[in-house]
Amino acid sequence: MKKNKMVNLKINNQPVSVPEGSTVLQAAEKLNIHIPTLCNHDDLCVAGNCRVCVVEHKGARTLLAGCATPAAEGMDIMTNSLKVRNARKHVVELLLSEHRADCTKCYRNQNCELQELANEYSFGDHIFLDLVGDHEAMIDDASCAIIKDDSKCIRCQRCVRTCSQLQKVSAIAVSGKGSEMKISTFHDRPISHVVCTNCGQCVNRCPTGALTEKNYIDSVWDAIYDSGKHVVVQTAPAVRVALGEELGYDPGERVTGKMVTALKQLGFDSVLDTDFTADLTIMEEGTELLTRLKKALVEQDKETALPMTTSCSPGWVKFIEHKFPEFLPNVSTCKSPQQMFGALAKTYYADNRGVDPENIVSVSIMPCTAKKFEANRPEMRDSGYKDVDYVLTTREFAVMIKQAGIDFRTLEPSGYDSLMGDSTGAGVIFGATGGVMEAAIRTAYEIVTGKPVPFDNLNITPVRGMEGVKEASLKIEGCLKEWSFLEGVELKTAIAHGLTNANKVMTAVRNGEADYHFIEIMACPGGCIGGGGQPIPTNMTIRQSRIDAIYEEDMSLPIRKSHENPEVQAIYKDFLGEPNGHKSHELLHTHYIERVPY
Amino acid sequence: MMETKKISKVDLIFEDIDPREILTRVKGMSATEIIEEVLESGLKGRGGAGFPTGMKWKFCSEEKEKDKYIVCNADEGEPGTFKDREILDRVAQKVYAGMTIAGKAVGAQTGIVYLRGEYKFLLPQLRAELEKFHKMIHELGFDFRIDFRIGSGAYICGEESALFESIEGRRGEPRNKPPYPTSSGLFGKPTSINNVETLVNSVIILKYGSEFYKKMGTQFSTGAKVFSVSGDTPKPGIYELELGMSLLEFVNEFGDGDTKAVQVGGAAGFCVPRKLFASTVIGFEGVPTGGSMKLFNSSRSMYNVLHNYLDFFNEESCGQCTPCRVGCQQLLKGVESVKRGESKSTYIDELVKLAATMKVASKCGLGQSVGNAFNSIVENFREEIIY
Repeated sequence: MKKNKMVNLKINNQPVSVPEGSTVLQAAEKLNIHIPTLCNHDDLCVAGNCRVCVVEHKGARTLLAGCATPAAEGMDIMTNSLKVRNARKHVVELLLSEHRADCTKCYRNQNCELQELANEYSFGDHIFLDLVGDHEAMIDDASCAIIKDDSKCIRCQRCVRTCSQLQKVSAIAVSGKGSEMKISTFHDRPISHVVCTNCGQCVNRCPTGALTEKNYIDSVWDAIYDSGKHVVVQTAPAVRVALGEELGYDPGERVTGKMVTALKQLGFDSVLDTDFTADLTIMEEGTELLTRLKKALVEQDKETALPMTTSCSPGWVKFIEHKFPEFLPNVSTCKSPQQMFGALAKTYYADNRGVDPENIVSVSIMPCTAKKFEANRPEMRDSGYKDVDYVLTTREFAVMIKQAGIDFRTLEPSGYDSLMGDSTGAGVIFGATGGVMEAAIRTAYEIVTGKPVPFDNLNITPVRGMEGVKEASLKIEGCLKEWSFLEGVELKTAIAHGLTNANKVMTAVRNGEADYHFIEIMACPGGCIGGGGQPIPTNMTIRQSRIDAIYEEDMSLPIRKSHENPEVQAIYKDFLGEPNGHKSHELLHTHYIERVPY
Repeated sequence: MMETKKISKVDLIFEDIDPREILTRVKGMSATEIIEEVLESGLKGRGGAGFPTGMKWKFCSEEKEKDKYIVCNADEGEPGTFKDREILDRVAQKVYAGMTIAGKAVGAQTGIVYLRGEYKFLLPQLRAELEKFHKMIHELGFDFRIDFRIGSGAYICGEESALFESIEGRRGEPRNKPPYPTSSGLFGKPTSINNVETLVNSVIILKYGSEFYKKMGTQFSTGAKVFSVSGDTPKPGIYELELGMSLLEFVNEFGDGDTKAVQVGGAAGFCVPRKLFASTVIGFEGVPTGGSMKLFNSSRSMYNVLHNYLDFFNEESCGQCTPCRVGCQQLLKGVESVKRGESKSTYIDELVKLAATMKVASKCGLGQSVGNAFNSIVENFREEIIY
């Protein structure tokens, strides 16, 4: 397709010129003419199956799907003719007839694309018969992370395209045909028993409430109101740059201070920051990487697995367990920041605050649905208790704020409580793709050379950006004596976000086509800011705004290197000893398991 | 009233001829000459949709790609159609010859026969015939190979783009069009997909010439067609007849004297009641058919006939697009509900409107044709449907 060739057409009698290859929908957008869509999603390939976007092409026998029809020279399109309106109304009515429209009970009430269409096209009595049968039998709520409710599914297949195209997982796919057609799993097993990584990207793109996270809002309220419980809450880096979207702000608004105030008003006993354990992760993971490099390069130890990959993304961890189990030794043994926090909350924090860990309820607020699964892993009980009791998504958290009647906009910002509340810019950037890599390099480079990284303002721009797979290498020069084995070594890294890209990188590693030392992988597009627990909708522009906000947040903080976090320095002095030391291994490190590939 | 022809039986499709002779001649023709001859004949696709075959070949031949495909659509699934099975059973060599001619015309070296799963029993003999055929065209110097792919029983896989998806190993779901198969078909390559009978017709045209061919049928429906006659008829079976006869002529020949309606074109076709027999032309200017002619006499309940078709579509819609997936369910449940008296009889009018929407808003020919049977039966036999 030639790039610059333009085609001229008319939409609703207005002339418009668009580059060849554009769709009718895009041409209409250029004229600010709204054509409703449902199965269409900016992140996904065209499906053209919901037929909500039908338009009339004068003289054509049938209507055309605006999202799937290329704009062509001389077209004469009507987007609001009688024929179009009648068809569109029928399509919406048909979708409503197979959808359990229990709106007032639905988690997606008022943020539902079908509901919006129903408001426009279907008021009064429904035309058609109700086709939803026994809805109880259509709900799969066995997973601790994702709930699939087929009685609300309108078969747009966004989830299917997300799972195959963005994530290369295909845990969900279409089965059956005709009236039996539905979105299903391998042998129709529960979501909890298939290759699903719990990443929640399908949830982010579901137009209705057919796919949601399992919510633990009431459990958290119960804990808060239980006077015998000491409830601590941690907030992940990506939540602060997205929460605003649920509360009426534009994407990219940083609401850190107000968020902390809101948490205090909700009644949490201590409001702490996952960024603290993100910094701790850098200390542990950075040390682990340097140790692996030393073993491999100096001691020529064949057993040492390189490249080392990150382990903070639980969607990625489950993906590698299913798809590349032979590379499990390559995964950093560090727990994710959430789980490090959980393990320390019921040990270090409990000791310091003089609270019986038995009575601590540890809550985390995450941009993520896979974190719910992670918190429930049997490996995650090293404190002697369940390290993290409840995981809430950014969305669930916003519901609590609304339930509590808090006027978020008028809140005065406040700071995190202390002991595990201090954070640095390095911890914050964990929320964006490339962030862990950047934070790790900021610290590791300085440990090895005694000098800050040779980048303006510590901003390691080569590891930033939205490309699916980024590669960067850094020559290490001027090493301190104890690290002299690294002198002149070119540290090779790769960064991937979205599991399709992770799959690409790991396939290259498996085929011996890549010689990386360190790989950062985040399961979700854009990293945690695009996580499955983040506000809906999502698209490239929204994710970019959140990433921009993350880097602004980094720049706004006085300390921007993990090893300079005073609370991190204190915990090593008072409790852990040294990175990768005995106590660290006991509480902060773990191993993962091989799972079936189907 | 349109001009109609007298009923006229011919014997061309099943005629025992030596394809070597035709192919030898075709070998000496240019692609343009072949396409011109087929265009001139007025041949339209015999699967039911009736797209001019010469045009299809021309579009495909104009594509610059090196790899192109000829696909023979032998996924004969339309209820009441059984002519392709007979053709493959009796004159497979002529089908292969048609594919080779098409290959030469469009510049394709690969042909694939997509065989209906239920016809798998034909495969051993088809392979044996193909081996002989391959040997022959090799001797003649054709660079063309044919292979088989077997369907798995889904009606939708007879739709060309769903058929490609099926061959490519995916779920049989129709694609968005454009692009059309002639520019991006099987494996994204330019593809000419033709019905079994269409391909044999191309052999007939090249043997006898387009002038001969055009003398059969009418201006808009040239040539003859193999009909699958079933239902209330004393002589069910396969008949090759010139196109353009009136349905009355047809019923006089095949009816049992008590025919009240004929379903022309299978589940996707139209139901014609007795009062319209005389004015209905069987052909592209009237009611087209892929060959299915099902006769119903007065002992038949048209509600049952309709219910049967809706049941069929309800199961055989791929389920991808809303109008077809949900529309079929609503039509089926709707007529049941009216019949049981649970919905008002006027609900039928809503269903007629819905069927009209399905016709214009569905993604592929399946959903677009459900309304044909529904509306033609409901319009003509409303009382039988309601009471």
